[in-house]
Amino acid sequence: MIEYKSVLTTCPYCGTGCTLHLQVLDGTLVGTLPAKEHPISQGGLCIKGWNVHAFVNHKDRLRTPMIRKNGKLEEATWEEALGLVAEKLGEFKAKSGPDSIALLTSAKCTNEENYLLQKFGRAVIGTNNVDHCARL
Amino acid sequence: MTNSIPEFEENTNCFFVIGSNTSEGHPLIATRMLKAQKRGAKIIVVDPRKNQIGHWADIFYTFRPGTDVALFNGLMNVIISEGLEDKAFIAERTEDFEALKTLVAEYTPEKVAEISGVPADGIREIARTYAKAKPAAILYAMGITQHTTGVDNVKSTSNLAMLCGNMGIPGGGVNPLRGQNNVQGACDMGGLPNVYPGYQAVTIPDVQKKFQDAWGSAGPLTVGLTVTEMLHAAQEGKVRALYVMGENPMVSDPDLNHVRHCLEETEFLVVQDIFMTETAEMAHVVLPGVTFAEKDGTFSNTERRVQRVRKAIEPIGDSKPDWVIICELAKKMGATGFDFASPSDIMTEINALTPSYGGITYARLEELGSLQWPCPTVEHAGTPYLHKGKFARGLGKFFPLEFKEPAELPDEEYPFTLTTGRLMFHFHTGSMTRRSEKLDSEVPTAYVEINVRDAEKLGLNGDKRVRVTSRRGEIELDARVTDDIKRGVIFIPFHFAEAAANKLTNSAIDPVAKIPEYKVCAVKVEIVK
Ligand code: SF4
Repeated sequence: MIEYKSVLTTCPYCGTGCTLHLQVLDGTLVGTLPAKEHPISQGGLCIKGWNVHAFVNHKDRLRTPMIRKNGKLEEATWEEALGLVAEKLGEFKAKSGPDSIALLTSAKCTNEENYLLQKFGRAVIGTNNVDHCARL
Repeated sequence: MTNSIPEFEENTNCFFVIGSNTSEGHPLIATRMLKAQKRGAKIIVVDPRKNQIGHWADIFYTFRPGTDVALFNGLMNVIISEGLEDKAFIAERTEDFEALKTLVAEYTPEKVAEISGVPADGIREIARTYAKAKPAAILYAMGITQHTTGVDNVKSTSNLAMLCGNMGIPGGGVNPLRGQNNVQGACDMGGLPNVYPGYQAVTIPDVQKKFQDAWGSAGPLTVGLTVTEMLHAAQEGKVRALYVMGENPMVSDPDLNHVRHCLEETEFLVVQDIFMTETAEMAHVVLPGVTFAEKDGTFSNTERRVQRVRKAIEPIGDSKPDWVIICELAKKMGATGFDFASPSDIMTEINALTPSYGGITYARLEELGSLQWPCPTVEHAGTPYLHKGKFARGLGKFFPLEFKEPAELPDEEYPFTLTTGRLMFHFHTGSMTRRSEKLDSEVPTAYVEINVRDAEKLGLNGDKRVRVTSRRGEIELDARVTDDIKRGVIFIPFHFAEAAANKLTNSAIDPVAKIPEYKVCAVKVEIVK
């Protein structure tokens, strides 16, 4: 049995915000279809939208955390990587103050993720050094 | 955007497009404009190059990059001197009109023609067309904001819109078209050094207290650093750790050689991303996040429309959704308030703390498909266009603005003006689109557009390899000779790391918005033998 589903979601490329259907076959993305009922795209997509599924499975995707050792990035576990980040950020905060840390949120991530990272910066670190590249 | 995309097709009678290549940058918005054109709406385009939308325009002029304020003043000069302004709107809904009138009186079409390169009769034609075709919408993108005078440029657009009563009506307004999918959301959610979610200022003690009460702890009362300032501070050792989620300043920021240097000096760089970007390569710790297809959440588009992102497949390899990574890190640091079971849970907290998102719940998005903020309560239907009947501040304020030259002008050594932008087939720094076979094959690498007559003067015969040099760096790439670009101006798309336009650009910033001046810098062009 093959398993097929179609998932309605929002295009990750430009600020127009067309919605589209991701076609999933046995847990793998195989294609994209436009959404007919959408108030903006009205069943259309541009060439970027038609190809949104193409980069998801790319072989270059990062699959594991990495830590720089002796000048080279080497594979690590989540435990090691997050442990190191927590330790370092804690250390800088204690020694040099919260404003020695800065964070960039992302115009590509979701609202919820942007909310969380700025909350992390402000509530956990204690700094307003929070920005993203929207100016760019 | 003050207004909504569907209004363009239904209501708008005139589009004034400046600094946006709409059909390449936002193709499905352009589709709606072209449908409006079929029923008689006029499209006016002003740009340093005859971009794709320029070819479809009813009225098109090239202009000298960075002279936007002068051009707007010239248009308003014509409108006022010919009595085409909306007198009732000005009297009821605005203030400081007299000051504006006095200032723009100086900007005659002839004077503005000299500054901007748009002929005096062209300025009259644009002014009359815009003023007589209510509702008329102004559309702009980074062509307006990426200047040392970016804030003045934006204020100029609203001066013009108010002058003709094009605010608070469907099909009108001033409409910045956001480049990246969730720029709007990143700003709305407080991904800015001066505001909490919903643009609540960090400097207001009551706001700080509200977030302290909700989170147990909040940021200081002082504004933090912008991205450009962070990089400088990292170089000086004042910022010791930089945490970057899903951004690639090594291709997107101005003056890349300087950015590289700053990142090298950063003691501890953490990058959370989906690919080994140029920035991730320099990191001390790399955390693999997931794409939009592997997580739930919401994006807010350029017309403030909040829509669902839905998980279609499991995360690839050992990668994790960014929201999960942040929660795990926060908990590792001993923090409370990060026990979220799902993005829907996070949205519930956003609803409680962000007035404009108060009524935007997952349950309602499931039912309605989308909601446009401000949407303060679950009974509220959302807001397709802003400023209906009243501006947020009460009366709409006119800002009389003098024209100022860009920070770096061409001279004998660097005789060309470089302007940068995006292409239809690629997205931002290319880390996604360039890994998409079909998109990459359309435009696989960088090029520079140069005017035919400039090319002749340089001795370029047809397409050839050239070196473009500014005071900050140099790149080599192929030349495309065209008469679609203004003489003295060259254009380079910024998606390509191997010939990154931002090695050349100027990091001089607007004093208020702190946007770097991507759109104008001085360069020279030489043939590579
Ligand atoms: S399909 Fe094209 S126009 Fe629509 S959001 Fe995606 S990139 Fe933008």
